[in-house]
This record gives sequence, C-alpha cells and structure tokens, in this order.
Amino acid sequence: MKQLAIVSGKGGTGKTTLTAAFAALADNAVMADCDVDAADLHLILAPEIGERHSFAGGLTATIDSEACVICGQCREMCRFDAIDETFTVDAAACEGCGVCYDVCPAGAVTLTNEVAGEWYVSSTRFGPMVHAALNVAQENSGKLVAQVRQRAREIAEADGRELIIIDGSPGIGCPVISSLTGVDAVLVCTEPTLSGQHDLERVLELAAHFDVPALVCVNKADLAPDMTEAIVAHSEEKGARFVGTIPYDETVVAAMIAARALSEHEPSPAREAVEEIWRTVRQILNGEA
Amino acid sequence: MIVSIASGKGGTGKTTVAINLLRVAPGEAVYADCDVEEPNGRLFLRPEIAGEYTCTVPLPVVDYTKCTFCGRCREACRFNAIAVLPKSVMIFQELCHGCGACVMACPERAISERERPIGKVSHGTSGNAGFVEGLLNVGEAMSPPVIRQVRRHVGRDGLVLIDAPPGTSCPVIAAVNNTDFCLLVTEPTPFGLHDLKLAVAMVRALGLPHAVAINRAGLGDRGVHDYCAAEGIEILAEIPNDRRIAEAYAHGRTAVEELPELRPLFEKLLRAIGERIAARGAA
Ligand code: SF4
Ligand code: SF4
Ligand code: SF4
Ligand code: SF4
Repeated sequence: MKQLAIVSGKGGTGKTTLTAAFAALADNAVMADCDVDAADLHLILAPEIGERHSFAGGLTATIDSEACVICGQCREMCRFDAIDETFTVDAAACEGCGVCYDVCPAGAVTLTNEVAGEWYVSSTRFGPMVHAALNVAQENSGKLVAQVRQRAREIAEADGRELIIIDGSPGIGCPVISSLTGVDAVLVCTEPTLSGQHDLERVLELAAHFDVPALVCVNKADLAPDMTEAIVAHSEEKGARFVGTIPYDETVVAAMIAARALSEHEPSPAREAVEEIWRTVRQILNGEA
Repeated sequence: MIVSIASGKGGTGKTTVAINLLRVAPGEAVYADCDVEEPNGRLFLRPEIAGEYTCTVPLPVVDYTKCTFCGRCREACRFNAIAVLPKSVMIFQELCHGCGACVMACPERAISERERPIGKVSHGTSGNAGFVEGLLNVGEAMSPPVIRQVRRHVGRDGLVLIDAPPGTSCPVIAAVNNTDFCLLVTEPTPFGLHDLKLAVAMVRALGLPHAVAINRAGLGDRGVHDYCAAEGIEILAEIPNDRRIAEAYAHGRTAVEELPELRPLFEKLLRAIGERIAARGAA
C-alpha cells in the first residue's frame, strides 16, 4: 500500500482539484482529507457519512469570579497573556496548560475539555474517504490529521486498497508535518508566482527535513511562463521531480461549481494535463519511472 | 488601529489586499506579516531590513543531580510532552508549549529552562511604511509564538495591517485575536464560500468586527454574494478578475503600482474599514 500526499505551500493553488481528480482516476484508493482546517474535498466527493467520531480538543480554563480572591498569581504566571485585569480568561488565547489552575490558592479555576471537532468515515463514488471538521478556533489539528491518516490506513489494509490519497493542508506547520511524515511521495502543487516559488522552496525543505520524496507540478503554468521555467529548474536543483504543468483553464472553476472532479467533467486542456500528471505519479509510486 | 486580513482558505489574495491597502494608506502605516509559515509580503514590498532577532520558546531542562524521578512534572504537563523513565526524563520538544507547569511542579527544583530558537522576526521599512515579518523555522510545528512576537513588535500605534495565515485554527487566532477589524478575503467559488463560512464562524466566536472583500470578482458564481446578503455581512470591495493583476502578482509587483486605476478601489476599502472602526468606537 502506498501513500501519496498532495500539498501546496500556499493554499488555493489547485491542490484539492488535483486530489479530487486523482480520486476519480485511481481505481483502488482511500481518500484522506487532511486539510482539516479548511476541508473542501467533500464538496466534490459528496461523501455519505458512515461513522462519526468526536475529537477531544485541549483544555480551556475558566475562572469563577465568586471564588476568586484576586491574588493575581494566575495572571502573572500565564505565559500566553490569556487572563485580563478582571481575571477573565480569553478562551481564544488560552492554550490549556493548566498553570493558572496549579497556582490558584482559592480553587477558582476550572479546566474543561472541549470537543474540538469530528471525524468521519464515509463512502464516495470513488471509494472510502476519511475526513474531519475541526471546530473554529481550535488547536491540535496535527493530532486530528494523525487520526484521519491512521483510520485511512486501517481501511486500506482491511479492504486491500493500494493507495491512500491525502489532501494536505497549506503551510509548513503542525498539520502539514502530520500530513506528510512517512508518505511514499508528496506532490506539491504550486503556481508560477514569486510567492508560489517562495512557498514551494519552504515545503521542499520540509519534505527533505522529513526525508519524503517530493514531486512538483505547476498549475496555471501559462500565466507566467518565465516563472514556471524558474520553478521547474529550481525544484530539480532541490532534488524534487517535476511531473507536469496544468494550463489556466476556466473549466476548473466550472467543474467545481458542478461539484464534479475535473476528470469527470467535459474534456478540457486542464483535464488532459491532470490525467497526464496522474499517469506519471502512478508510475513513480509503482517504481516504474 | 489594527486591521487583520484573513481568509479561511489560502491563495485567495490576502497578501494582495494587505499590500495594496498599505500602498494607499495616507498616514503612518505598518505591514506585519503573520503568515509566518509562508510569509510573502516581503516579495512585494522589498523592504530595507533594519534588524532581525531570533524568536525563542522556553524548553525545560532537567538537572539530574537533583531529579528523583518522582514523575510530578509528567503529571503537571497537559500536553503529554514529558516521559519519566527510570534513569531519565524525556521532554518532547515538538509537543512542549513552554508553559512552565513542570518547572512549578518539580519539588526538587530540578527543572530550569533554556531558550530554544523556533524562528525569527525581521523589521525595517518599505517606502514610507514600516515592515515586520515573522518566519518559522522549517520543521517547527508551532507558529503561534512567532506570530505573538510579531504582534508585540508592531504594537498598536498608527495603522497596522496584519497579514494573517490561512485557515481557522490556532495560528490564525494568534494573528487576528484582539485586532480592531478583520477583513475576510474570499473568491466567488464554492471552495471560497465554504471556507468563508468557517472564517465567519471564527471571527464571530472571537467577537471581531468584520466584513468581506471579494477577489477575482466575476469568476465563479454568486454563492458568496447570496451568503453575505443572507447573513448581513458587508462586502466592502470587489477586486476584478483581471489577468493583469494576476501577472503583476506573479512577478511580485503591487497591483496599484502597476494599474493605477485600481487605487480608488483600495482607498475606498481602507476608508470604509476606518469608518466601521470609528463607528464602533463612538457607539
Ligand atoms: S490554562 Fe494556561 S494558558 Fe489558559 S489561562 Fe490558564 S495559564 Fe493561561
Ligand atoms: S490565582 Fe485564583 S484567586 Fe488568584 S486571581 Fe487567579 S483565579 Fe483569582
Ligand atoms: S518533577 Fe522534578 S524530580 Fe520529579 S521527575 Fe520531574 S524533574 Fe525529576
Ligand atoms: S513546559 Fe509545559 S508543555 Fe513543556 S514540558 Fe513543561 S509542562 Fe509540558
């Protein structure tokens, strides 16, 4: 069983469009939406939810103003500036470390464990899918990603599925690290912009840091052919493999509006390009190229 | 006033909006790049860097001449970042939040802290404007400490434009929490709409005054407009889907410098934000 993660340094480069197309093209895969922060894959895959699990988040402190003796210790010791002059906890700033609870001489602090989100096992027209919805203003997205990936692996093993396609998140922080550790390859989908190039560089460094083979494709390549060239040359220098370009094509948005994977939508230059990239990626995963 | 510019989804044009607002700002203004995992503002603003410093988080260090392996530190740690073995205390730095609970809990005072570098903050100027940027080191999982450092650096004086990271979880919260206004940039597509809904839920949970700017207007469908109308969210600007803007962006050029006819759009947007903040202040 192979695992392929699709990421983009910057979001909005067409990563989910590519993932959905791959899901349609692969015939024996499990999909894992690990972009738990802004999960969009379900908009195209229309999963029917089979299992539903809640995901526990971190702790959040609250202070009971009746019990508080205004000694100020909690505020002094909290390293996250989460307690204000009136000894009220800013839930958004609180990291749930419990220091205020530990120092409070009056037992005025309560720590509660909130539900941070849900994760699901679903069926789609392209096979099983594991996905999640993180409630807003929550942390621990890396843990949720790990949970989604683990379940996807179990399903792949039980069903004899050959491939797990992971839709990763943008950036280089904890959810991305969780998305790409231990995969067989990471496909970075980028755009021919200065920002795209800069972000790609950081993701390739991250992939190298975790020893994951990297593949690169450039979306909307014709928007700035000079930048595309520079990106291709640069990725190869960094040891990544260039697997193709996708032209700017309004069909991509039309397919999204129709809630169809690009490869299910009418023939278009973008569709052709994505299919070609899929063939290349599959050969690389199978060790044939 | 501090204005944060955010989007549920990446790549919707947050940075484009932030730098163009900076370029049309009449008075003292600072751009603060809080997208510390992938900061891009620098590519457009080409700042002159006046200085930079390392951003660190405290990491506990155990003194084995004092430690009795009692396990109290492990019990105190809410992040499961400590394992106490018969002859060693392991601290998993990627899980540690640097909260200091273990230091307080140790009865032998065996734990001290060292500063562990996780990124850096650079500051300087770009034209008349100030520039501050946070950069997370590759391989580091937690960006909020770097974001908080950038926020401390810029303070609250003048106009501060915060370029927030994408998403709705902890890094974004660190960037937008306690700002005076949050502008949500989106695209008029189903993905854009879905992620906008998450971003709206976030700013509502934080009680932040907010409005929407639509980028690449004309592309896609009317879903975002319908949603904003139904929810009573103001759309303060619509930036047209113009290939020339995309090309300027691709090469690291600012839209208002390349296409001066866009200036009024961003001037109007900035004024509208100022008026919304002033109205709230007066209320
Ligand atoms: S739990 Fe930690 S972060 Fe939250 S308020 Fe208490 S001390 Fe501050
Ligand atoms: S430590 Fe306890 S008693 Fe003291 S200010 Fe905080 S909540 Fe109140
Ligand atoms: S609490 Fe202190 S003495 Fe006890 S195991 Fe931890 S470091 Fe050692
Ligand atoms: S500083 Fe906080 S998070 Fe880090 S090991 Fe100590 S208790 Fe755990």
